[in-house]
Amino acid sequence: MKQVLESCLTATINGETVRIQAIAPTTTLLEYLRQSGRVGTKEGCGDGDCGACTVALMAQGADGKLHYQAVNSCLIPIGAIAGRHILTVEGIANGCLHPVQAAMVQTGGSQCGYCTPGFIMSLFAAYYDGTVNDACVEGNLCRCTGYLAIRRAASLVASSPVQDVFRDRLAQTATELGEVSYDGAQSQFYRPTQLSEVLALLQQHPNATLVAGATDLGLDFSHHRKSYPVLVSLEAVVELNFMHQTTEAVEIGAAVPLSHIEDRLRGVFPSLDEMLYWFAARQVRNRATLGGNIGTASPIGDLPPVLLALDAELKLASAVGERTLPLANFFKGYRQTDLQPGEVIVSCKIARTIAPGAVRRLSQSYKIGKRGTDDISIVAAAFCIDLDEQNQIVHARLAYGGVAATPVRAIVVEQWLLGKPWTAETIQQAKSHLKTAFTPLTDLRGSAEYRKLLIANLFEKFFVEYP
Amino acid sequence: MTTVGQRKSHESATGHVSGKALYTDDQRQPIGMVSLYPVTAPHASARITHIDVSAAYGVAGVVTVLTAEDVPGENDTGVIIRDEVLFPTEVISYWGQAVVWVVGETETAARLGADRVVVHYEPLPPILSIKDAIAANSFQGQPLVVRRGDATTALQAADFCLTGEVEMNGQDHFYLETQASWVIPDGEGNYQIYSSTQHPTETQVIIARVLGIPNNRVVVTCLRMGGGFGGKESQANPFAAVAAIAAVKTGRPARVRLRRSQDMTLTGKRHGLLGQYQVGFSQEGHITALDVDLYADGGWSLDLSPPVLLRAALHVDNAYYIPDIEVRGQIVKTHKTSNTAFRGFGGPQGMVVGEEIIDRVARFLGLPPEVVRERNFYHGEGATNTTHYGQEIFDNRIACIWSQVKANANFAERRIEIAHFNQSHSYKKRGLAITPVKFGISFNKTQYNQAGALILIYTDGSIQLNHGGTEMGQGLHTKMLQVAASALGVKIDRFRLMPTSTDKVPNTSATAASSGADLNGQAVKDACETLKARLAPVAAKLMNLDAPEDLVFEDGWIYSRSYPNDRIRFEQVVEQAYNDRVSLSATGYYRTPNIYWDAATSQGRPFYYFAYGAAVSEVEVDGFTGTFKLRQVDIVHDVGESLNPLVDQGQIEGGFVQGMGWLTMEELVWDAQGRLRSDAPSTYKIPTISEVPEHFHVELLQRAAQEGVIYGSKAVGEPPLMLAMSVREAIRDAIAAFGAVDFVPLASPATPEAILWAIESVKARSGAKSGVAESLLVSPTV
Ligand SMILES: Cc1cc2nc3c(=O)[nH]c(=O)nc-3n(C[C@H](O)[C@H](O)[C@H](O)COP(=O)(O)OP(=O)(O)OC[C@H]3O[C@@H](n4cnc5c(N)ncnc54)[C@H](O)[C@@H]3O)c2cc1C
Ligand code: FES
Ligand code: FES
Repeated sequence: MKQVLESCLTATINGETVRIQAIAPTTTLLEYLRQSGRVGTKEGCGDGDCGACTVALMAQGADGKLHYQAVNSCLIPIGAIAGRHILTVEGIANGCLHPVQAAMVQTGGSQCGYCTPGFIMSLFAAYYDGTVNDACVEGNLCRCTGYLAIRRAASLVASSPVQDVFRDRLAQTATELGEVSYDGAQSQFYRPTQLSEVLALLQQHPNATLVAGATDLGLDFSHHRKSYPVLVSLEAVVELNFMHQTTEAVEIGAAVPLSHIEDRLRGVFPSLDEMLYWFAARQVRNRATLGGNIGTASPIGDLPPVLLALDAELKLASAVGERTLPLANFFKGYRQTDLQPGEVIVSCKIARTIAPGAVRRLSQSYKIGKRGTDDISIVAAAFCIDLDEQNQIVHARLAYGGVAATPVRAIVVEQWLLGKPWTAETIQQAKSHLKTAFTPLTDLRGSAEYRKLLIANLFEKFFVEYP
Repeated sequence: MTTVGQRKSHESATGHVSGKALYTDDQRQPIGMVSLYPVTAPHASARITHIDVSAAYGVAGVVTVLTAEDVPGENDTGVIIRDEVLFPTEVISYWGQAVVWVVGETETAARLGADRVVVHYEPLPPILSIKDAIAANSFQGQPLVVRRGDATTALQAADFCLTGEVEMNGQDHFYLETQASWVIPDGEGNYQIYSSTQHPTETQVIIARVLGIPNNRVVVTCLRMGGGFGGKESQANPFAAVAAIAAVKTGRPARVRLRRSQDMTLTGKRHGLLGQYQVGFSQEGHITALDVDLYADGGWSLDLSPPVLLRAALHVDNAYYIPDIEVRGQIVKTHKTSNTAFRGFGGPQGMVVGEEIIDRVARFLGLPPEVVRERNFYHGEGATNTTHYGQEIFDNRIACIWSQVKANANFAERRIEIAHFNQSHSYKKRGLAITPVKFGISFNKTQYNQAGALILIYTDGSIQLNHGGTEMGQGLHTKMLQVAASALGVKIDRFRLMPTSTDKVPNTSATAASSGADLNGQAVKDACETLKARLAPVAAKLMNLDAPEDLVFEDGWIYSRSYPNDRIRFEQVVEQAYNDRVSLSATGYYRTPNIYWDAATSQGRPFYYFAYGAAVSEVEVDGFTGTFKLRQVDIVHDVGESLNPLVDQGQIEGGFVQGMGWLTMEELVWDAQGRLRSDAPSTYKIPTISEVPEHFHVELLQRAAQEGVIYGSKAVGEPPLMLAMSVREAIRDAIAAFGAVDFVPLASPATPEAILWAIESVKARSGAKSGVAESLLVSPTV
């Protein structure tokens, strides 16, 4: 790790090398773009929720190759773009309109036009991946069009694109993320590549904050305008960016973005697939990491219930060494975890084996929000039931988010279920137990009563769907 | 070839998709521009006991702090009455109200300065709901009554009588571009304002009032808006006004741009509304009498609430003839943001009450709701085709649209299919509904129904087009270009559409009430006619013809009908006109004829005409969670002879989805202290693409030219929003299928939670577990 802090960052924006200096590394990419006169990119919320600020970041995909990834520039600390390539709406018309731009003009995909640059960049990124569909613009809000004209535009460019300069550029750019040590406006930003360096930095700077995808922490930069004296980015750390699959288990590095998990683990854990499908939207999943989702310890984080139901195990590391611990023991209280100062989440391991004596496993997850797409859960639930030949329950996991101060399992009900037959009658009894298992709160997303009803009803829904 | 009627892309579409279209806050900042940031009150209702701004000056970059003392003119931005203090000094009227504004070299400096300002408050108990306001006798404005016949007597005489109420949520506009205004002083006492405003003239008038200077010293320009939807009709004014005060005080250009949560906390929304009714009806479902009280939540000040309430009262009938009817309306005063115009302007709220009543009657009688809807349509001539405010519906297109959309949607077959589906599914139910829309077009305030245009032809034949309307995405500028190109007989690319500016067209009306194209289109056409009349003799002389009236202006050429091959270029005529000293600029003007309104009796012809539509929606509701999925939408809508089918279809689709958001997921949550908790898109959920079904079919009513309107077209901005009532009614239909009851109350918005409670209620009252009785759905279809 470089000991000398650089006072300047370089990045490539629309093919042009830019030197960024004297600004805090927590300045968002969106702020930087607009302040530097690149006002095509808009701010609709500054919260990661509207997609108006979407830009395309060249980043490694699950296949290890570079892709254009749609990301919310309002959540990206400028430090994170060091050494990287960004394309904005101003940079994709190469003499004439890009096909996605032309399609949007043709179908009337813009009305007021304020959301349009974001849609264009989401479509642009998807265009080179051959994934132009509704899902690629789920994270883009439009208040004018009702989306139908945008969908028509998307269908015009859905087939695979030709070889063009943008595709060429992907092939010509290096994939490795280098290390960064930047100091701007009295704030430091480190992007080490080795876990040992991370641990050393945490020793050196007790006030350091870890940042991965910044989809959670980014709200502090963008919305709450908080400053952080020292940020340590985990994005480039080799030991945190791996995925390991055997027939026994899957181990996922803490810094692996959710979109990689989506791609690489599809079909392995149905409940994980399902939850990732409902998790935020494309721009956020391109950045958000598993470690960040666990690290925030939010009671409404969506992956913890899934991982709890699958008995996931965490690996943590600090300067004194490594330890493992069941995820169930990690959450200590509202936004409190067992993570010690100087400690980092390294990975999360999920066993693929079912309980001894069981012949089949039923497992699924559910997420209920006010809006189906890209919403925070009112209640999230994940269930895992192993049955023996007699259809008796030999293993039960019922995990929830949004019902207590931390993601939790309904352990009492799990134990009660053991040995019971997987029948409607059992479910009805379990439901009545579930109704009293937690004392959820009323908040702006839903009432305590609604949550209680969901806790019980979701389990019955699971039974109905997986009899 | 005329450009009117073509599927032209938005005139700024290329700018939109390439990021080159500039919005107010995208402009290159003038040197020395300062930014403003508000100090907001942490109470919904309080007395201000002390304001100390001195600490703000300790922050580097703070230029000054604006307080009431800095207001050179009147400290009030009220638009109908003066009840909207800009810098409150005595009381706080809603949570988040701006008390003072800090001016900084940068937004950050202003924000940090704002953190240092000390304000002391003595909290008072706030009024936060319509019912609390009614109980506290907290009203504003005048009560209104619209009546026909004698509802009281008719209710007594009715076969059946039901009483009920329905309350609906407001709606945040959630325009993607938040409020933004720039004010640039010229140092000579004049101010150039760039504002994201739907009503530049009013913004001008308010700034002049607040600065205490004549209107002619203030020029307000609107480049374009990143969405308005009514939210920038009056609500842009206060922010432009504080920026103007900053410009006066500092002598420097000043800017205000709200962050999203500020915008949501500070600005008014669609009015929440409570409707309480008594309805009388016959065994066949004919509504014979209706008595309704409407209470609109005006928020802390009057703003535009009176006309909003009036429009609600004039749309309770929707498409239905009700012989004896009395509608009373009041505006309650609460400690919330001052509610304002929002697409439909009260009409949607009134119509939701009307549709609620229809459904209530239908389920009570065990009739399919669509049958009761049909039986009550306005029809025939005379009384049965006349609204409760005395306007005859001379061009009633409801029945025609209704049968067309039913056929398009295969309504009858799907009714049966859905009944079967519901019989075989206990935990999921589908619902189907069809609802009509009849929406009155014109501003209720008669004097707003006028417009102006200014066309400037330059000697090279290029043209600047100015009109009084603003562009917020609705495609008005595109349509105006089409109108001008057609009327002047030149190609569209000859024009530059100018930003809307009060120094080009003065005394304009808000671009609102769906009337932008109707009014400005006529004014643009008028200006074109004037110019053509001046150019024709010049052309005739050039071509040695003696009948200028015989000339045709087409595609940049001018020729005589009698000798079409002998033609002359438009620019040649223009050049000659200049040489002949013929004026090449003209204003145009229009006022809507034949409309009048008697406010004392609430009778008249407030609307020039009506826009019609109908929609069929199908949903599937999950009985475990209350979540729903919109499966299919079919729409037939009447836009007259469309000026631009691409734009009009966009308005219909966008309006529908926005209405669906209002009715199903956009929940404004205030806490017990009166603080808006859903103040960001993370908590306030507008529809995404995934809420919009694949099958979404829109058809424009064909051969629908509207007499007396620009090129036979019709207004389209607002009416489609109300087509989304079909989603709410389809959800209700699905909920009903979870049991057998004669009444299915459903909160609005119909969030998953609201739906689940409605299902639970249906199940409980049916005294049976789910999936027992589907009597309603198996009843004969029509
Ligand atoms: C629009 C939007 C939608 C969202 N939707 C969802 C959703 O549907 N479901 C959901 O659960 N969440 C959602 N989130 C929250 C967020 O995206 C997730 O929590 C995400 O997984 C965080 O990952 P990250 O890498 O971005 O974390 P960061 O923001 O980088 O970090 C979050 C926290 O975790 C800590 N941290 C990160 N990595 C480690 C590590 N390896 N070891 C120790 N600590 C670590 C950081 O210090 C920080 O405190 C949403 C956020 C946004 C902006
Ligand atoms: S500005 Fe809304 S997501 Fe970034
Ligand atoms: S076009 Fe206006 S928000 Fe999408």
